[in-house]
Amino acid sequence: MSAPAPAGLAAIEGWYTLEEKPHLLGTRCSACGTCYFPKQTMFCRNPQCEGTQFEEVRLSRTGRIWSYTDACYEPPAPYVAAKPFIPFVIAAVELAAEKMIVLGQVARGVELAQLRVGMAVELVLEPLYTDERGEHLVWKWRPLKDAA
Amino acid sequence: MSREVAILGVGMHPWGKWGRNFVEYGVHAARAALRDAGVTWQEVQYVSGAATMRCGYPGYVAGATFAQALGWQGAQINTSYAACASGSQALAAARERILSGACEVALVVGADTTPKGFLAPQPGYRPEDPDWVRFHLGITNPTYFALYARRRMDLYGATLEDFTAVKIKNAAQGVHNPNARYRRAFTREEVNKSAMVADPLRLLHVCATSDGGAALIISSLEFARRRGAAGAPRIAGISTVTPRFASAEVEMPDIATDSAVAAAGHSFRASIAARAYEEAGLGPEDLSLAEVYDLASSMELDWYEYIGLCKTGDAEALLRSGATTVGGRIPVNASGGLACFGEAVPAQALAQVCELAWQLRGQAGARQVAGAKVGITANQGLFGHGSSVIVKR
Ligand SMILES: [Zn+2]
Repeated sequence: MSAPAPAGLAAIEGWYTLEEKPHLLGTRCSACGTCYFPKQTMFCRNPQCEGTQFEEVRLSRTGRIWSYTDACYEPPAPYVAAKPFIPFVIAAVELAAEKMIVLGQVARGVELAQLRVGMAVELVLEPLYTDERGEHLVWKWRPLKDAA
Repeated sequence: MSREVAILGVGMHPWGKWGRNFVEYGVHAARAALRDAGVTWQEVQYVSGAATMRCGYPGYVAGATFAQALGWQGAQINTSYAACASGSQALAAARERILSGACEVALVVGADTTPKGFLAPQPGYRPEDPDWVRFHLGITNPTYFALYARRRMDLYGATLEDFTAVKIKNAAQGVHNPNARYRRAFTREEVNKSAMVADPLRLLHVCATSDGGAALIISSLEFARRRGAAGAPRIAGISTVTPRFASAEVEMPDIATDSAVAAAGHSFRASIAARAYEEAGLGPEDLSLAEVYDLASSMELDWYEYIGLCKTGDAEALLRSGATTVGGRIPVNASGGLACFGEAVPAQALAQVCELAWQLRGQAGARQVAGAKVGITANQGLFGHGSSVIVKR
C-alpha cells in the first residue's frame, strides 16, 4: 500500500500490514460498528446485533498502555525462542477509537522500568523469530518519542 | 420452595505432585465424602463428575469413570467441563437434579493429574486458536496475572510487599491444612528473592499446578432432616454465568478484549459473585469468610473488589488492615488458597466448597474462622467460565 514494506514475512499472515507504519488488521460489523481483532467474519458477538457483514479495518496504530510486564522464563512452543533465550517486555494497550485492549510484545531495547500505565505507544513490526525462510515479523508496541 | 440443598459430607485427596492416576484421587475423595456424610455408595442416586482434559478419554467422561471405579450401581450420571469452573458446574447440575425432585442425594467429584511446567497448547500453525496465538507471541498464564498486578501498582499504589503479604498470610494457613500441598510458612525475604517470573510477580507469588481430588455429598433438605443432619451447611447460591458483551477486561487466553464501541464494557469477574449473592439473597456484609482464586497472590486483591469486600482500589488498605487474615473481619483463603494447594483444575472449585463446609461446621481446626456462618467461593477459568458458590448455616 503506502510506505515500503520492511523485509520479512508475517509471523501470522493477514493479521497486520507489512508497512513502515503498520496497522493491525481487524474487522468491523457493518450493522453495529463493533470492531474485532483477531478478525471476526461470520457473526457479530454483540447480543443486540445479528450482523453477518464485516469490513476489514486497519486498527488505530497508537494507544495507551493499560498494563505491562515481562517474560523472564522461556515460554513453551509454539513460541520460537532464540538460544539463549532473551527475556522480553509485554504490554496491553488500549485503543481509544476501537475501545479495546490489545496485547503484544514491546519493541526491543525498551526497558520495563520506562513504562507506565497510560503511556502513549505506537505499533511497530519486529522479528518474532528467524528461521531458514528468514525473519518472521510481528506487531510490537513502542513508546512514542514524546511519551515520557 | 427453598432453593437450598444440604452439604452432607465433604472429602479430599491431599494435593501434591503424586503422579498417579486421577481416578485414584477421585475415588479417595468420594469415599471420604461418603464416610463424612454417613451415606453409603449404594444410596447415591446421581453422580456428577468434573472433567479433566489432561488424562485421556476417562477424563472426558469423569462422572462415569468415577462411578465405575466405585462400582456401577445404576445411578444417573453427568460430566461437566467448564475449565476452572468445572467443579461448580458439576455441583450446579447435581443441585438442579435435587431441586427438581429427580433425586435426593448426589455425589459431586473432581480430580486431576497435571503435567510439569507450562500448560501448552497443541503444536502446528493454528492462528484460529487464541491459545495458540498467545503462546506463539510468548504470552503465558503468568503474563495475565502480572498485567493485573502491575496495573494495581500504577493505579492503586499496590506494592511488592502487598503481594508478598498475601502469600505469607495464606501460607500461614496452609501450614494447618492436611490437604494442602505446601505446608510451610514463608518469610518476606524468601518470597521477594524468589526468581522473577513476570514482573512484578516472583515464583512464590504464582501458584503451581497440582494433583488432587475433592468430593461432596449433597442432598435435599428433607433427606438431610431424615438423617439427623438438619443443621448441615446449605448451598444457598451457585453462579456459573458467562461474561456480558462487551467484556472489557484482559482475559486469558485472549490477546484482545471485546470492542466496547456498540455496547458498554462489563467486568466479568464482578458479575460472577453478584449472581451468587442475588440467588442467595445475601450480600458481602453477610460473609464470615471467602475462598477466592489466588492464581497469583496479587489476584487475591482483585477478588476482594470483585466479591464486594471493598471498593475498587481499596483492596490494599483492606489487606493492610488485617481484615482478611483469620481473626480479622472477613478472612480470605483460610484454607491457604491456591498458594498452598496449587491448582488441580476440576477439583479446585470443589475444594473451595469443602473448606467452607468444614469452616461452617466448626471443624477447621487451627484454620478455624470463629463463628463462621456464611462463606463464598469465587473462581475463574478460560473461555468465559467462572463460578461462585455461597454456603450458609
Ligand atoms: Zn454487530
